[in-house]
Amino acid sequence: MYNTGNLVKELTEKHGRKRESLIPILQGIVEKHNYLTDEAMVEVAKELEISAAEVYGTASFYTFLDTQPRGKYVIRVCKTITCSMKGKNDIVHTIEDMLKIRVGETTSDKMFTLLETNCIGWCHKAPAILINEIPYTELTPEKVVEILKSYLKK
Amino acid sequence: MTKQGLNKVDLIFEQVDAREVLKKANEMTSEEIIRQILESGLKGRGGAGFPTGLKWKYTAAEKDPEKYIVCNADEGEPGTFKDREILDRVSYKVYAGMTIAGMAIGARQGIVYLRGEYKFLLPKLLKELDVFHKLLKELGLDFNISYRLGSGAYICGEESALFESIQGERGEPRNKPPYPTSSGVFFKPTSINNVETLVTAVMIIHHGAEVYNQLGTKDSRGSKVFSVSGDTPTPGIFELELGMTVQQFVNEFGDGDTKAVQVGGASGFCVPRKKFTETIIGFEGVPTGGSMKLFNSSRSMYNVLHNYLDFFTEESCGQCTPCRVGCQQLLKGIEKVKKGEVKSTYLNELVKLADTMKMASKCGLGQSVGNAFRSIVENFREEIIY
Repeated sequence: MYNTGNLVKELTEKHGRKRESLIPILQGIVEKHNYLTDEAMVEVAKELEISAAEVYGTASFYTFLDTQPRGKYVIRVCKTITCSMKGKNDIVHTIEDMLKIRVGETTSDKMFTLLETNCIGWCHKAPAILINEIPYTELTPEKVVEILKSYLKK
Repeated sequence: MTKQGLNKVDLIFEQVDAREVLKKANEMTSEEIIRQILESGLKGRGGAGFPTGLKWKYTAAEKDPEKYIVCNADEGEPGTFKDREILDRVSYKVYAGMTIAGMAIGARQGIVYLRGEYKFLLPKLLKELDVFHKLLKELGLDFNISYRLGSGAYICGEESALFESIQGERGEPRNKPPYPTSSGVFFKPTSINNVETLVTAVMIIHHGAEVYNQLGTKDSRGSKVFSVSGDTPTPGIFELELGMTVQQFVNEFGDGDTKAVQVGGASGFCVPRKKFTETIIGFEGVPTGGSMKLFNSSRSMYNVLHNYLDFFTEESCGQCTPCRVGCQQLLKGIEKVKKGEVKSTYLNELVKLADTMKMASKCGLGQSVGNAFRSIVENFREEIIY
């Protein structure tokens, strides 16, 4: 849970209150708070004068507009064929061991969520992951440990 | 006609003076620009291969004063990563292509729809866009480009789903007709072009259609940026002249043990070794938006097909039944065959289902699941069963 405070208002000022403003507004909330709460979606619906069902219906269509609680850092491991062939499972197991969570789960301190995702466009440098929007490529278990350590220090 | 070896080309990433190309285009009439593009034989580089000149011609013919150029940068096909590289290295050429397309069809607004997975590039791209907008101002050209980000939905690469997404809706494809040229984004006449197509158009205006025309074959003019991945010692981005066979491609990029090449990504075709020499990569053979995945003999084609079906099951928008249910049933079906729960002849029923999806699905996603399914099942039947 989080309080959107003035964020929804700020985002509507920036993007407008038309229907086409909806996705940029939802993206803005996710960028700040990592996922969309029911309260945030209701607030957006009020600002845009559309039904909350429309907001939820749109948000739930898009993988990156999460409506489930997510950690501060969302790790998305590419599971499509090339990454899968080049050691995706080793990467997932390394992350699971290190963070003590399974795919789909969030650490108890709400820092990390681990997910699998479809092709992220780094097949020539597989295996690849995204942490929030930052791509990390040509991974080995050792490299992933170093990357996660750098996030743990943040 | 097939050529010996591969001809590497440098058009897409070649540096040009954007100011000069824009000036040149600005001195041409709309008809002249469209004629150049038509004469070049350029077909859309996103994969579908619709002639770009015709798209521009149809949109130009629309009377509505509000028209749009949309650049499709929602590059989501598994195995494709060339559009990211093009935007990263020569975004000014993408912007110039949009401007020239705008001159051709009479649009003053352009929108780039960038997939959410490439969000990390956006700050750089916006900075470069500022520089480009300044150039347009200096040249007195009235054209404005803005960005919209996707949010992780493969289907939004389908043009009408992409428009829905820009309009703030679920990315569900529309019925066609009407086509985008008459009713696209915001239901206004729209020319939607792939990143690479727009850059190619810039190079056609720069070099002239006749120069471009010398590359490629009758059905597949010019060159194409290929995204090469899988079992290859040299994965990456390569711009090659069209008209080569899969064998010539494998000679260059294979690891000596290539048993199959998936041309065109998960929605494309699987070419087995025995068909390498007879299969041309292009519109006369197997078309591709650039995705080329090589598999060697250590790979199970069952795993490859399973991975693709899992992908489609997740990425189907769920709007039409043939695609929503079809993807799920194909996936369950091959699992059952593998486990021996059903007879191997059940595969024939699944092929019929894939054919039905091709006929009955609303958009290209459901229509093309059968491409990979049929070509893998037909050529690697034993691997699916045992």
